[in-house]
Amino acid sequence: MVVRPEIEREFETQDLLLNVGPQHPSTHGVFRMVMEIDGELVKDVVPYIGYLHRGAEKLCETMDYRQGIGFMDRTEYLAAFNAELSYVMAVEELAGLEVPDRAQWLRMILCEMNRIASHLMFMGAFGIDVGVFGTPFIYAWREREAIFDLFEEVSGDRMMYAYFRPGGLAWEVPVNFTERVREVLKAVNQGIKDFDGLLTENEVFIARTRGVGAISAADAIDFGMSGPSLRASGVPLDIRRTEPYLKYAEVDFDVVVGQNGDVYDRYLCRLQELRESVRIVEQCLEKLPDGPIMPEKMPRMLRTPPGEVYIRTEAPRGEYGIYLVSEGGNRPYRLKVRSACLSNLQALKHMSVGQYVADAIIVLGSIDIVLSEVDR
Amino acid sequence: MTSELFGADLNPWVDAIVRLLMWVGFMTVVAMGLIYLERKVLARFMARIGPQKTGPMGLLQSVADALKLIGKEDLRPRNADPWTFELGPYLVFIPIFMSFLAIPLVFDWHIRLFELGLLYFVAISSINLVGWVMAGWGSDNRYAMLGALRAVAQGISYELPLVLSLVAVAIFNQTLNLEEMILFQGQTPNILWQPLAFMIFFVAALAEMNRPPFDIPVGESEVVGGPFVEYSGIRWSMFFLGEYTALFIMALLASVVFLGGWAWPLGEELGRWWQVILMTVKTSAFIFLVFWVRASMPRLRIDQLMAFSWKVLLPLTFAQVLVNGLVLAYEWDYWVSRVALGVAGLAGIVLLYAIIDRSVRRPRPRPAPVAQSEAVTA
Amino acid sequence: MLRLGRMAVGASGATHYCALRPVRGESGRLVELQTDQLFNNYIPVLLASIVGFILVLSALIGSRLLAPFSQDREKSTTYECGMLPLRRTSTNVGMRFYLYAILFVIFDVEAVFIFPWALSFVGIGPMAYWTMVIFIAILALGLGYAWKKGALQWR
Repeated sequence: MVVRPEIEREFETQDLLLNVGPQHPSTHGVFRMVMEIDGELVKDVVPYIGYLHRGAEKLCETMDYRQGIGFMDRTEYLAAFNAELSYVMAVEELAGLEVPDRAQWLRMILCEMNRIASHLMFMGAFGIDVGVFGTPFIYAWREREAIFDLFEEVSGDRMMYAYFRPGGLAWEVPVNFTERVREVLKAVNQGIKDFDGLLTENEVFIARTRGVGAISAADAIDFGMSGPSLRASGVPLDIRRTEPYLKYAEVDFDVVVGQNGDVYDRYLCRLQELRESVRIVEQCLEKLPDGPIMPEKMPRMLRTPPGEVYIRTEAPRGEYGIYLVSEGGNRPYRLKVRSACLSNLQALKHMSVGQYVADAIIVLGSIDIVLSEVDR
Repeated sequence: MTSELFGADLNPWVDAIVRLLMWVGFMTVVAMGLIYLERKVLARFMARIGPQKTGPMGLLQSVADALKLIGKEDLRPRNADPWTFELGPYLVFIPIFMSFLAIPLVFDWHIRLFELGLLYFVAISSINLVGWVMAGWGSDNRYAMLGALRAVAQGISYELPLVLSLVAVAIFNQTLNLEEMILFQGQTPNILWQPLAFMIFFVAALAEMNRPPFDIPVGESEVVGGPFVEYSGIRWSMFFLGEYTALFIMALLASVVFLGGWAWPLGEELGRWWQVILMTVKTSAFIFLVFWVRASMPRLRIDQLMAFSWKVLLPLTFAQVLVNGLVLAYEWDYWVSRVALGVAGLAGIVLLYAIIDRSVRRPRPRPAPVAQSEAVTA
Repeated sequence: MLRLGRMAVGASGATHYCALRPVRGESGRLVELQTDQLFNNYIPVLLASIVGFILVLSALIGSRLLAPFSQDREKSTTYECGMLPLRRTSTNVGMRFYLYAILFVIFDVEAVFIFPWALSFVGIGPMAYWTMVIFIAILALGLGYAWKKGALQWR
């Protein structure tokens, strides 16, 4: 507009500081960001984290290795198996434990099931962020409940499993485990179809998400993003493929890669990853061998030789790494969690400045943060 | 001067008061019923059960809610502007309450039959925007103010398509009297010959009622309830009551103007109870449609909403008005004119869909999963 | 209130009903009863605003009688997602849609013109129709101009 400058001089407006969080419906916990907005446009975003800091890493240093497992559950409560996996793998690496095949396959099944549960949770919460009143949330809950029922049968708990052990698993899975997993997978397939029908081709959903919060592959790498948020930008980096752990080298699955790196692609990547996870679990069930779930000889008290190790795995939100330093003895000298959400969150400002307020909200939702993992 | 109410000879003032009080009771029951119904219907959409513990099948849920709201502390923020904050609920509720006056429920059952009923409705019903702004501004809350500004932007944008789509029907029916409109639709409802006008009306009505996908002013994940963030207890429930009353009245208007009211398809000769059933069915169908949209549609963004109104709906409504005028000005034959209008309306809907489809689905492939051999190894 | 009679449905399908329109008596003067009826017709509008007001007021009074009240400094702060308010809200906020608002005024006035035209142009003939076409075309040009100038962009 030609007239804009005069008008703006005449009626000078001030930018509004909008405090979003910690008590806000769409900050997924206790995240806080202060947005500087001009009308509806976001000019600046300042994230504040730390409202959920519990010092889990430091607490682990005061406990022996097995007690630390419970803390890992609580850092990443939506994908606790994945978090446990990194931790026990780090301990195994230090202690030089050999994990039996059956335990590895079972771990893979449980981790992929947990990925499904976590991505479903993302679908539901993201649907609410975009503004569908509750429907995707309840849809997500339905299948997630089925998965949690399964996990409860396996580990005795619905969210905080503490089921993996350095060396293997705590105890054998229930006798009808494979049938139960197949049942759940059937429900999950139906749930994926429901989401596809509800959101993927929804005109309003596409209008809201496509082209919003786009980030280029180079920028995404520079910000240290990982997981589906990175892959949506077109970087086929999946640790399950690049550095196969467990038995991922033996199963056939595709790395889902987006093209535009926008919110819509992040959604689509996760939707497609649900299908891939189902594929992986199905193959695991076929290849699941019999045998022990713990090594023959396990020390009564697990001690590690001095050393340091960094183990990373592909958690639902990206690279979940454990940096473990041991000075000998039965407890870590230092434990550091490389949080996927914390790194992904760094790109928030980059992605949301210049967008609308409503877009900043869905950009935050599309990163799929878990505050307990960010703050630990 | 006689009143046909109860067959008694009543003073017009007394008559008006009696009718209004009946409307008050009716409105309360309907609004509460709607709240219960919405919860039940949405629950079914979401594969839930919905309220079931309060009373048989949870029927008393709204009553329990109302009691709870009356007994809840009514907070007022310290920095709030007392006058605008206090008057906000009044100005939101009263216009909605008043806009009912023009609507004929069943043959001869109405508060008053205005010769310019449609004009009265559109004039009165948009006043509540002022209440929203007062509530938003008076709360001294950033979210509330953002919500209020959004409400204004949305309100002024969708006022025009709403009014003009109704005008298009008024041109077709050559009346602004709602009862005459119903009688006009004795054989065929207006929706058959004015499908585009109905579509535009439906969209604009959703926006005027701030229902999803146009619930931008109250968008819970963005502005946390918008203009009434700071309202609690009974004052908040006035907004709530107003919202559901507006939904009911809009549904009544839709069934009167577009769906043939009580006259179609059973004709005018039937007894009143048949007409009541007809109106109930039509109104419920419209309300169900609104619930359905709510259960399945995400929220639009404010700029998309404005662009849709000004660049798509407004030109289309003008086209509808002019086409209706053309057919009537040259006094085309009864059936020829109707079929022509129906075809034109359908063409308009196709155009509308094409515009939406084109702007939404710019050709772009979905991200293809990369095959195993192509994946990079870091 | 007058009881509604049967309505005549014309050949074009339009109904003609004029009980509430001013009717000329035999002497050619307006029948006085009609003005009375017009007034009676709008009594409820006045009353409804009063009844609506009383309705809200009585609900507020009922709540005032039933609900607990306590003065608390923390309680009466505005909602800022759990933080203390950063600044006062009453600043000059950029309203980006003021051009829409100006356009709205123009088009709303136009809608007011269309209302009487809508009911009367049939009797006058095609000429009245084409006049309105020109009127709307001018406004459409204005809309197109605003569109091209970018007034319909939110930013």
